Amino acid sequence: MSVPALSERHDPAPVPPPHPPADVVRLGVARSRFLKQKVMLVLPGIAARTIPPLLGIGLTLIVWEILCSGAGATLPPPSQVWREGKELILDPWFNYGPQDIGLGFRLIVSLQRVAIGFGFAIIVGITLGTLVGQSTWAMRALDPLFQVLRTIPPLAWLPIALAAFRNSQPAAIFVIFITAIWPIIINTAVGIRNIPQDYRNVAQVLQLNHFEYFTKIMVPAAAPYIFTGLRIGVGLAWLGIVAAEMLTGGVGIGFFIWDAWNSSRLPDIIVALVYIGLVGFALDRIVAAVGYFATRGTARS
Amino acid sequence: MNPYLQISHIDKSFARGTAGNDVLKGVTLSISKGEFVSIIGHSGCGKSTLLNIVAGLTPATHGGVVLEGQHVTTPGPDRAVVFQNHSLLPWLTVYGNVRLAVDKVFGKTKSRAERHDWTMHHLHLVHMAHETQKRPAEISGGMKQRVGIARALCMEPKVLLLDEPFGALDALTRAQLQDTVQEIAARLGNTVIMITHDVDEAVLLSDRIVMMTNGPCATIGEVLTVDLPRPRDRLKLTDNATYLGARARVLRFLYERQRRPAAA
Repeated sequence: MSVPALSERHDPAPVPPPHPPADVVRLGVARSRFLKQKVMLVLPGIAARTIPPLLGIGLTLIVWEILCSGAGATLPPPSQVWREGKELILDPWFNYGPQDIGLGFRLIVSLQRVAIGFGFAIIVGITLGTLVGQSTWAMRALDPLFQVLRTIPPLAWLPIALAAFRNSQPAAIFVIFITAIWPIIINTAVGIRNIPQDYRNVAQVLQLNHFEYFTKIMVPAAAPYIFTGLRIGVGLAWLGIVAAEMLTGGVGIGFFIWDAWNSSRLPDIIVALVYIGLVGFALDRIVAAVGYFATRGTARS
Repeated sequence: MNPYLQISHIDKSFARGTAGNDVLKGVTLSISKGEFVSIIGHSGCGKSTLLNIVAGLTPATHGGVVLEGQHVTTPGPDRAVVFQNHSLLPWLTVYGNVRLAVDKVFGKTKSRAERHDWTMHHLHLVHMAHETQKRPAEISGGMKQRVGIARALCMEPKVLLLDEPFGALDALTRAQLQDTVQEIAARLGNTVIMITHDVDEAVLLSDRIVMMTNGPCATIGEVLTVDLPRPRDRLKLTDNATYLGARARVLRFLYERQRRPAAA
């Protein structure tokens, strides 16, 4: 009974003729649905990573806005910073004359100083660290000195540096150098003192000379420690440059803040602070990334 | 005629504050060229110290080592060591670890291409030619020790020093490596000193087994010549009378005459 009924239902004459356009449309729908499903799978992951930081920043801005919008507020709220500092934020590369340049140019000037000072700190720091790590006598002689000197705040060096160099430019670079060097020395020394006896034995059996030992065993073995020192050092160097430039002048980002303070442009200072923070963060990440790639194989096995 | 390697009247004491700690006392041993000698003893009997003295890594307090008429004072590639914990440099690849040794020993006498071939040849010998670009962290313990052996062999040492080379490996891997070492020693005719605490390993591989007494003041208690034809097959030896006899004698030495004090 049911069979003829079924066949009857299948048979009806007015079967809609299959027309190609409908097919194409259907395929398109299927593909977009597939895409949508994929997006739906990836989306929660992206959302979980991006929404909390955005919320955090948003809330901070709102609280700041509320706190600084009252009648007696001494600091500008974010809306005012945006209004008055828009030009600085949106165009870091303007150049209206020797003292009126965009924050991008100022950062580059500061970064140049850091590069020179930090570069010297790397060379001298690794050399001294190697000496102290290798020789017990050098360690006994120099370690107390290092331990005391490293606690001196960067700016305390500035007058001495100005007296010695009689010029603010090298003095600022010296402050960077002296700030960044201590963690490099100390970490290099620890790294070299921690080279396993096994590697020393291998070097002895192979009769590596001092230079070969330095390049083939010591540097690679101590590299993870050295990079830790460099990462701390670059952070300190960036701390030092801003302070040093505030006092020595020039066109760096530190001087910009001092200048803005003297002409009561508080929103400009806040914009500069954000820039400094972002650059410091980037420097830290760059050194960390270089360290990661340079020491990939050094994990002990 | 003088022996190939002469270890004479070695005393070794480590100064611990004012009290000296005598580890070795009057160790004398002659080894001829191409001989495979095992040194066996309980842990702490100073057998590794003895090997380090032969390697030149530790100076002897009294006595000395003479290799082919030359007094041994410093470490050198003529006495290549395979370390217990492989001691590969983790930042170099398998190839790089062996090549470092080849470059150092043959940098002046072989061309670049020859050094490459020499490196690959020794990686082939230890059956590691297929994993040359891996780093030590990416290969197994047995493979690391194979590379360690290749690194030692490529220096063409006069004496190959093995410091408990298979101690950290599981039994199956250890057997494979023992076979590899035996095969290589037979092929290249190396003179080998091996430190071990494994009786079967000692009997299987050695021409002579040197049994050390317990420390302090450890010395050579007994020397046993293992008179078995080579190549030796561990399966065929399982009920060979000479093999079992040698094994029993070493066991008796270790567990009857040199039984470890209960306190240890």
